[in-house]
Amino acid sequence: MSKPCIDLDACMRCGACVGTCPVNAMFLKEYTVEVNDDCTSCGLCEKVCPVGAVSLGGE
Amino acid sequence: MSESLEYDVLVIGGGPAGSTAARYAAKNGAKTLVIEKRQEIGSPVRCGEGVSLSWLEELEIEDYDRWTAARVKGARIYSPSGHMLQITEKMAGDEVGVVCERDLFDKDMARLAVEAGADFMMKTYAVSLIEEDGKFKGVMARRMGKELEIRADLVIGADGWESQVGRWAGLYEAIPPKDIMTCFQYRMTGIEFDEDYTHFYLGSEAPGGYVWVFPKGPRTANVGLGIHMSSLDGSKTPKDYLDELIASREEFSKGEPVDMVAGAVAVTHPPETVTVDGLMLVGDASRVVDPMTGGGIVNGLKQGKIAGEFAAQCVKEGRFDKEYLQEYEKRWRDRLENRLWRNYMAKEKATTLDDGTFDKLIDSLSDIELDRVSIMAILEGVQKKYPELIKEFEDML
Repeated sequence: MSKPCIDLDACMRCGACVGTCPVNAMFLKEYTVEVNDDCTSCGLCEKVCPVGAVSLGGE
Repeated sequence: MSESLEYDVLVIGGGPAGSTAARYAAKNGAKTLVIEKRQEIGSPVRCGEGVSLSWLEELEIEDYDRWTAARVKGARIYSPSGHMLQITEKMAGDEVGVVCERDLFDKDMARLAVEAGADFMMKTYAVSLIEEDGKFKGVMARRMGKELEIRADLVIGADGWESQVGRWAGLYEAIPPKDIMTCFQYRMTGIEFDEDYTHFYLGSEAPGGYVWVFPKGPRTANVGLGIHMSSLDGSKTPKDYLDELIASREEFSKGEPVDMVAGAVAVTHPPETVTVDGLMLVGDASRVVDPMTGGGIVNGLKQGKIAGEFAAQCVKEGRFDKEYLQEYEKRWRDRLENRLWRNYMAKEKATTLDDGTFDKLIDSLSDIELDRVSIMAILEGVQKKYPELIKEFEDML
């Protein structure tokens, strides 16, 4: 598992993943969502995304 | 050297709760600034836009035409097999309301704050809290790409569901997936439905949540759904659920989407505390979304008023310590907490019900004359038709 990969063509910048992240590793920016090194690859961001724009597919 | 500003009260976030907190802080004499990270208040909309009007008087608002898209006569709640419960304005008091234009709504709340004396700063986001001697004294911000120091005696975090202020202040508790509702909505146009009502569909089309159809104008509605995160198995997203639902109903599939909205809400119980030295939270950031409906506007407004009035009192008294801020905790909890807990328990129950139980529940209510919507009236209706079902709800009595 790796850090979440966000498909910015599908992402609606809604912040669902940001508020769900249990370790506060995600940040909503105007044109992107940043993920920092606190990420534990727990997968909740992938699960909560309303449009399936987040994946933890591995490097 | 970065620019530096000084205020009594700094509000992070220009949504309804933030603007209302700023409005009542400014109105009561506090020098108040709202910073908003977006370049436009209220846009993009992240909301189903249904709102009651039960709060107009409390919030001293007379004119709601400017942000009303559609007035409705009532709400219709459907079970999976099509039983329907109609809740009219008369039954629900003023709980039945309007479908709003959230972008206009938020700007109108901002106008009221400005008219009360608050300053606004757009495209400005907080980068970090300024902490001195264990007390929060403002934020470091970025405005149009430039660093900016904003010092304030009291910081009000009104930065929504994904609140950073709450996290920085150490007020964050991870929300369990069962208390997160993830949502997707289209504004559909060219569809057929009864435009005089808001429509709610219960059952497995939106596991743990519901489908809504809220009229926005002629043959146009917000058609959306919220699903509890713990009901998702990873095979389908909320968008997939909604696309399937629209494709399966001719009255919707004949229309087309003209807007897409995604988002999540915390349908959780009230948090332990929303205050620390020099800082308090309001609105979605303080988790006052109604756990039963996922609606956050009204509680945010009511709490925002309480927060703003109390912030001005803090300024007058020169007290911003956590001990003094307990009065804010007391006031908003007195106003909102009982109902939040009650609806949280109801939500916990509702998410366990299967389609058959929803059918019996709505069926038992649809043929009795409800003159008031109350938990007791509902339970009496259920008792009459499906006495065996009442056991399901005994723990709520």
